[in-house]
Amino acid sequence: MPKINSPAGLEELRNRILSIRDQSRPCIAICGGTSCHNLDNQSVISAFKEAIKKKPVEGKVDIRETGCAGFCEKGPIVVIYPEGICYTAVKPEDVPEIVSQTVIGKKVIKRLVYTDPNTGEKAVHENEIPFYKNQMRLLTCNNANIDPRNIEDYLAIGGYSAVVKVLQTMSPDQVITEIKESGLRGRSGGGFPAGRKWEAGQKAEGDTKYIICNCHEGDPGACVDRKMMEGNPHSVIEGMIIGAYAMASHAGYIFVGDEFPLTVENTEIAIRQAEEYGLLGENILGSGLDFTLKIKIDGGGYVCGESTALMASLEGRVGEPITKYDHATERGLWAKPTVLNNLQTWVNVPLIINQGANKYSTIGTERSKGTRVFSLVGQVNNSGLVEVPMGITLREIIFDIGGGIREGKKFKAVQVGGPLGGFVPEGQLNLTVDFDELSKAGLSMGPSLIVVDESTCIVDMVKYFLTFLSDESCGKCTPCRDGIRQMLKILTNISEGKGNEGDIELLEGISEVQNKAALCALGQGASGPVLSSIKHFRDEYEAHIKDKRCPALVCDMLSSVIL
Amino acid sequence: MGRIKMSVVTLIIDNKEVEAEEGTTVLEAARSAGIDIPTICHHEKLKPYTACRLCMVEIEAKGRINLDTACSRPVADNLVVRTRSETVDRIRKMLLELMLAHAPDAVELQDLAQEYGADKARFEKEPSFCILCGLCVRYCAEVKKKNAVGFVDTGVSREINFIPEIASKECSNCKECFPLCPTEALQATYLLTHALAFPTTPF
Repeated sequence: MPKINSPAGLEELRNRILSIRDQSRPCIAICGGTSCHNLDNQSVISAFKEAIKKKPVEGKVDIRETGCAGFCEKGPIVVIYPEGICYTAVKPEDVPEIVSQTVIGKKVIKRLVYTDPNTGEKAVHENEIPFYKNQMRLLTCNNANIDPRNIEDYLAIGGYSAVVKVLQTMSPDQVITEIKESGLRGRSGGGFPAGRKWEAGQKAEGDTKYIICNCHEGDPGACVDRKMMEGNPHSVIEGMIIGAYAMASHAGYIFVGDEFPLTVENTEIAIRQAEEYGLLGENILGSGLDFTLKIKIDGGGYVCGESTALMASLEGRVGEPITKYDHATERGLWAKPTVLNNLQTWVNVPLIINQGANKYSTIGTERSKGTRVFSLVGQVNNSGLVEVPMGITLREIIFDIGGGIREGKKFKAVQVGGPLGGFVPEGQLNLTVDFDELSKAGLSMGPSLIVVDESTCIVDMVKYFLTFLSDESCGKCTPCRDGIRQMLKILTNISEGKGNEGDIELLEGISEVQNKAALCALGQGASGPVLSSIKHFRDEYEAHIKDKRCPALVCDMLSSVIL
Repeated sequence: MGRIKMSVVTLIIDNKEVEAEEGTTVLEAARSAGIDIPTICHHEKLKPYTACRLCMVEIEAKGRINLDTACSRPVADNLVVRTRSETVDRIRKMLLELMLAHAPDAVELQDLAQEYGADKARFEKEPSFCILCGLCVRYCAEVKKKNAVGFVDTGVSREINFIPEIASKECSNCKECFPLCPTEALQATYLLTHALAFPTTPF
């Protein structure tokens, strides 16, 4: 593939790709996301390849391994085009029937289509399934339409047109104005206005500036960034090229943990392809813009998602947070101006440029614009990757999209924001997805929504989060390291029936010091699950401590006492 | 290299006007004015580490009050610093109690415990004496440039350890880190590592 040397050349190539592609050609699309990988989609793919051999359709049907389709609960997901018939939880043994009945016979196999566990209704097409129907999929909708390892698939759906638009018609200032006017806020949780950060990056002095995409996601239960990256890597690259143009940066990094092998692989392939096509490297599309993008694979470690630890790790130092008084936009990576954005922030950029800030900013609430992608997990019927407009309530996400609680059990709480987040009980489910509303409720816009039902013991769950943090903290500062150590001990005692009067107050006391005195956001937030669980489920703590009883019958020693 | 002339800033520490050179820290300014702020992980030859958090003070700047570590916070004109307050004292008390769980008999900690009313038995005694102030590790790296002792592992499993290959060559003639240890456990750590790594070589 010769390098494309002009925006017009890219449009020519796109038209060429589209003219060769026959939209009515049958295609078997199998979800290639991490969750479906774990559900052995590879055997399903092999079975399809085998099943079409020597059949009349051989050579006339495409088999495509796509990006994450999002409905992880029911994977592997298989969609048969052009009809768009969607089959869930497909096993290799289902494949010969799918080929003969659906691909050749054009008939729907009822037992493989989605059945609503609450109503028993069947849904043949993706857009009829409540899980998809109630979402607003602007950023994730393309995953299932492309092979993330094929740049031409991305070009065929209009990919890189935002880069073309920017290079042909916009000045760097105009790009920044557009991002500012869109109201896009950083998706890492804090919600800092992205346009303002970009403006600071643009105005920072110096020839060397870096831009970074934070795709280091370590929360238990969260797999948003990795799936968006692995499912549609070119959309991230496109956002970063636009950022590089706006801020005059010539070097960027995508920071990924090495525990995401598929993400790393797909990102590496995408970068290589973008380089081959002249979309990365020197003189991008003949515009004079030089921008090199590299993937940085981190050894893993939750704390490396913290910006100073992330940059330390990128520089080759130990990934530990440091106390800093300069903004990264002035002195960041290798003391050069640096703009660090979360992956979800970057993928919004092409959308904003293509749609225009005016249209984009109609989505969401007054101060939180666009959509947000969550990992909806736990004891809900439909778990997976969900994309929702800002302003939606947690209740709508859990009950309309998630289909409510499994096995008709009772909802207990949703844990928002992972190990540094907090619990939201039934009474507060009308809380909306909005940076400021969540912040007022003491929560952050973390990537995961973990739904728990009445069979979960809150004390046990908080113990789980603290166990996670006891490993994932770097261990540098006293309040975080020793605070977590002591809180975990207290919780372990409580769960074993050895809790004492005053334990709740002691947990609160440690939490206060941790929150006020810890070095970084990890330590400051480590008490989130502890404090919110005490606030909303104090009676459960008291049952453990005073009555030596675990109401959910989860904590071993206690439940054995009553049994 | 000639010393660049620094401009002088004025800040208020505990209602006292203090002048300090730009580029220095609140801790240095306070100590120059005879105001004590407790520290454990601070050492004047080493870069601020901000890990023990004992030097946290209340700082009022541009109308906002924040807690920050005095050892790292650069001085600035019009900063108002309060080295003691109810919150600050409550933080220090808890931090000391967390550290005393490791080293209940460390003199430095006991003196501070008295000042802040910290109870050395608030938490059960921890097996390790080390409070991970990192003075030994950082002194060896920053001043001696040897890296003979380092941190291993993360979170609650974090500990210090001598690296036998380097320690066997460097440490016998140095041992400058021993007196830096606030819990006096460093020597024991070293001896133990030495004994385990080189069982046939007497120290």
